[in-house]
Amino acid sequence: MKYMLIMRATDEAFAAMGDIDFTEMLETIGKFNDELIRAGVLLAAEGLDDAAEGVVVDYSSADPVVTDGPYGETKELFNGYYILNVASKEEAVEWAKRMPMTGAGFKTEIRRVSTIDEFPQDNVWIQKERAWREATGQL
Amino acid sequence: MDRHEGRAAVAAVWHIESARIVGALARYTGEFTLAEDLAQEALAEALVTWPRDGVPRNPAGWLLTVGRRRAIDGFRRRAALDDRYAALARELGEGGVAAGSDPADPMRVAEQVLWDPDRIDDDVLALMFVACHPVLLPEGRVALTLRVIGGLTSDEIARAFLVPTATVQARITRAKKTLAAARVPFEIPPAAERAGRLISVLRVIYVIFTEGSSASSGTDLIRFDLAAEAQRLARVLARLLPDEPEVHSLLALLELTAARFPARTGPEGEPVLLEDQDRRRWDRSAIRRGRAALARAERARRGLGIYGLQAAIAECHAVAPSVADTDWDRIVLLYEALGRLAPAPVVEVNRAVAVAMARGPAAALPIVDELEAAGELANSHLLPSVRGELLIRLGRTDEARAELHRAIARCGNARERSVLERKIELLDPGTVA
Repeated sequence: MKYMLIMRATDEAFAAMGDIDFTEMLETIGKFNDELIRAGVLLAAEGLDDAAEGVVVDYSSADPVVTDGPYGETKELFNGYYILNVASKEEAVEWAKRMPMTGAGFKTEIRRVSTIDEFPQDNVWIQKERAWREATGQL
Repeated sequence: MDRHEGRAAVAAVWHIESARIVGALARYTGEFTLAEDLAQEALAEALVTWPRDGVPRNPAGWLLTVGRRRAIDGFRRRAALDDRYAALARELGEGGVAAGSDPADPMRVAEQVLWDPDRIDDDVLALMFVACHPVLLPEGRVALTLRVIGGLTSDEIARAFLVPTATVQARITRAKKTLAAARVPFEIPPAAERAGRLISVLRVIYVIFTEGSSASSGTDLIRFDLAAEAQRLARVLARLLPDEPEVHSLLALLELTAARFPARTGPEGEPVLLEDQDRRRWDRSAIRRGRAALARAERARRGLGIYGLQAAIAECHAVAPSVADTDWDRIVLLYEALGRLAPAPVVEVNRAVAVAMARGPAAALPIVDELEAAGELANSHLLPSVRGELLIRLGRTDEARAELHRAIARCGNARERSVLERKIELLDPGTVA
């Protein structure tokens, strides 16, 4: 069985994250990730890029309607995910339009997955994580 | 808290933490078997109090404290008879809850003493080596590993292996007695012994996975939870011994084999043969992880061992778009290498299948006939089912039918039996096998 741990935060909690020292946050998350690896349970872990960079495809009308994120309602259920390797955001949107589960209420939010290269490479926890990712083919 | 919820919470914590708790207690007491008993006592106490009082904020610390307190109580009881233990009890009791001092937070004291992050990895590794010690019978190694490293209860192990709980308990008791009688120390074996002992650890994980991925009896073809536990154990071991290529090879083999699980059974739980599997259902991320682990084993440039060769075979299947487009020549070579490294009739049967795919059934039949003549695999359905398949392809229908009937008579798994029956039906259209 595999589970995804979906990290969700209220707007206030998300804003408060700005007050935490970034290096400290990396260490906290790094240690937690390391625990998961030690326990043999971590298969893949990804952080999502800024919601403002996201896109929403709404199937409520006959043709899918594409709007820029972030979306207004925050009570939607996040009930699955795909990771696609595509060349551009537009290509990802195109694949989303072809999703088989469509109709009123069905939406796909498209978010870029950030890569380890975007983190400070001199951070010891980032270096550890890079070594693990290289060893397990997660890069 | 609901009683069932409480028990489930205990079970979840236990599955995650048991290895580290038993390991820490073993380092503390110097005795593996005592540590296992203490940990089980702590677990029993948790099962009583957590559902009643709620799960403590630091469950692992709670279990450790209880285990440590029981250890001190035990040493005290034995102290009257043994001065050595009296000295030990004093030493261990210093600053601890049972010594009469009154620390503000007993959980933290236990953690400081036992939860040494620099030693936890060594504790878990030592635990694996002790649980898989060659002095134990194979079934004892499996039961002990699932119990102390996997954190499975005797009931869970019994369900996984379809044996009575009492049998599992007896195996664990006997294994612990054997370890105590042989005075097996709680330690990572010295470098000279390491390689030999590692073979036993790898073997145990492999046996657990095999039982989960191809049930030897019963009606379910695959017991995913058991296979998944073996994969987890292999990942833990790979994390603990990153420089041992054969550990990565084993992990690769398990990942690449498990990658096919989603396609291996149909909607009714019936087995689906490799050639009929929908390869789109194979777990791509598991394949990626498996290939990465295999590449890591290969980078050591020490040659592939028995798990590495099997993983390389599994990789050939994983990357092939279809049965026809599989690199069967490479698979034949890999089976030949495997046969030299670990000669076994089952390897020969698999080689015969690969030869049949690469060069046709006529080239493969002599390999199977030779095994038959040597009286190999006399109780297994494997040989007659492969022989039957080869004969079908050669158009020797009557002989094929007889072989398939022999295979059915020997097959213990109901799901696999129905596949064989269907093959006979296809041979004799309109009749019932």
